Amino acid sequence: MSQAWSAPLAAVGRTALSTLAGFGRFGEFGASVARSFRDTSTWLRLVALQMARLGVESLPIALFIAAFTGIVLALQASYTFTGAVPLYFVGTLVGKTMILELGPVLTGLALAGRVGANIAAELGTMKVTEQVDALETLAYDPVAYLVVPRLIAGVVMFPVVVAFADAVGIVSGWITAINMLDMSTAEFVRGLRLFFLPFDVHYSLIKAASFGLAVTAMGCYFGFTTAGGAEAVGRSTTRAVVVSSMLILVLDAFWAATLL
Amino acid sequence: MSIELRDVHKAFGERVILEGVTLEVREGETMAVIGYSGVGKSVMLKTIVGLLEPDQGTAWVDGQDVGSLAREQLYELRRKVGYVFQFAALFDSMTVAENVAMGLRRIRGMGEQEIEARIAEALRLVELEGFQDRYPSQVSGGQRKRVGLARAIATRPKYLLYDEPTTGLDPVTTAVIDRLVLKLEQELGVTSIVITHNMESAYRVARRIAMLYQGRIRFVGTPDEIKQTTDRVVRAFIEGRPELAQEAAA
Repeated sequence: MSQAWSAPLAAVGRTALSTLAGFGRFGEFGASVARSFRDTSTWLRLVALQMARLGVESLPIALFIAAFTGIVLALQASYTFTGAVPLYFVGTLVGKTMILELGPVLTGLALAGRVGANIAAELGTMKVTEQVDALETLAYDPVAYLVVPRLIAGVVMFPVVVAFADAVGIVSGWITAINMLDMSTAEFVRGLRLFFLPFDVHYSLIKAASFGLAVTAMGCYFGFTTAGGAEAVGRSTTRAVVVSSMLILVLDAFWAATLL
Repeated sequence: MSIELRDVHKAFGERVILEGVTLEVREGETMAVIGYSGVGKSVMLKTIVGLLEPDQGTAWVDGQDVGSLAREQLYELRRKVGYVFQFAALFDSMTVAENVAMGLRRIRGMGEQEIEARIAEALRLVELEGFQDRYPSQVSGGQRKRVGLARAIATRPKYLLYDEPTTGLDPVTTAVIDRLVLKLEQELGVTSIVITHNMESAYRVARRIAMLYQGRIRFVGTPDEIKQTTDRVVRAFIEGRPELAQEAAA
């Protein structure tokens, strides 16, 4: 009987230990990032490049998603409201939903795939091909050179991308409403302004910044802790995407519980 | 000032790699370190430059205990050390010139013109003039190694650590690299450690040769001394005769 229990218990113990070790490693990584922030001469000139790569180059996919989300929101709102609720509430639902939830979350999830995977694969490859060691031997702090600019770019650029996504989602919802729902622009705008609060935009951008930090931090962490060969790079990339997607959903709930 | 390892131990988990390596490389000399694959030669080299921390023992470079240095001091020391990686470790996203410039940009007060001149000088030394604008993916394996070497020597370091600089290269390119190693020693007084499997190359460039075997230094001596040694393990390696090693083990 005791033998029957020992194997699963040992597996649980191993998993618990490995999880704790993972937290420990992440703590160490966080401490090295905090220390490397002081090395401004290394990271400052690289931030603009990363902002372009992480933010500007992510705009097409984010806006594509937002445009179709706006269309669907308008059509589903009209379908739900038929007869019972005035149609101008379509504007309310499109605006509120895009700004508070779908703009930041869908953009965050899309960028977890695009940006998080890209960072983890790039840094993971650099790690296994000794490029990170090469930076060390050339007297560069690899965390200041590779991680800090990406984290800053993520925190700064995710809100910018989400702001554009919110706007495009609302505009596509409006175009759908006036062309397919027999609504006027005045009606749509009336609904849009009905429950609008400037705080909604702040809320959307705060969420986006936290998602940017989560995605870039996970990409950098899993990339930096890659050990082995091509298979290990693939594993790190998958983990970065999965964990950052989960973190986005957890952060989404956290901000809803604390800010709303 | 020299490079010195004192009783260095290093293990990765259960796998013990170095079991008390003690070795001194004298100022201005080139020492070749030979040994079987996986014996820990690269680990030894990484310990010297602080990429790996010994579990026990100390590594001394330029009179400083590498393990006891604060981060800034360690980077200061690394500016005096050039490291040539086994697989070059070039930055894929940068051109050859940008790769070579990386170390130069860490030298305070060095202007763009001087950086350009140093890049050209380093590439000329490794016979890669005109390769400035190519990317690592656009050059051959041997050329990549030479770019890695150019990157290491561009800063005119006091110490050079070569991790198998000629492995996989054709005989002519190997001779070019060997001549360069000798030139750096003779003209600039660079202190070097060259890890190699190529005995011809070791005899050509090294004033002394050390053999790492089973986690310890088994032999240190001049090329003439190693050729005369009666140690069967060493002879087995330098003559490529595994039966001698089996006899020694028996």
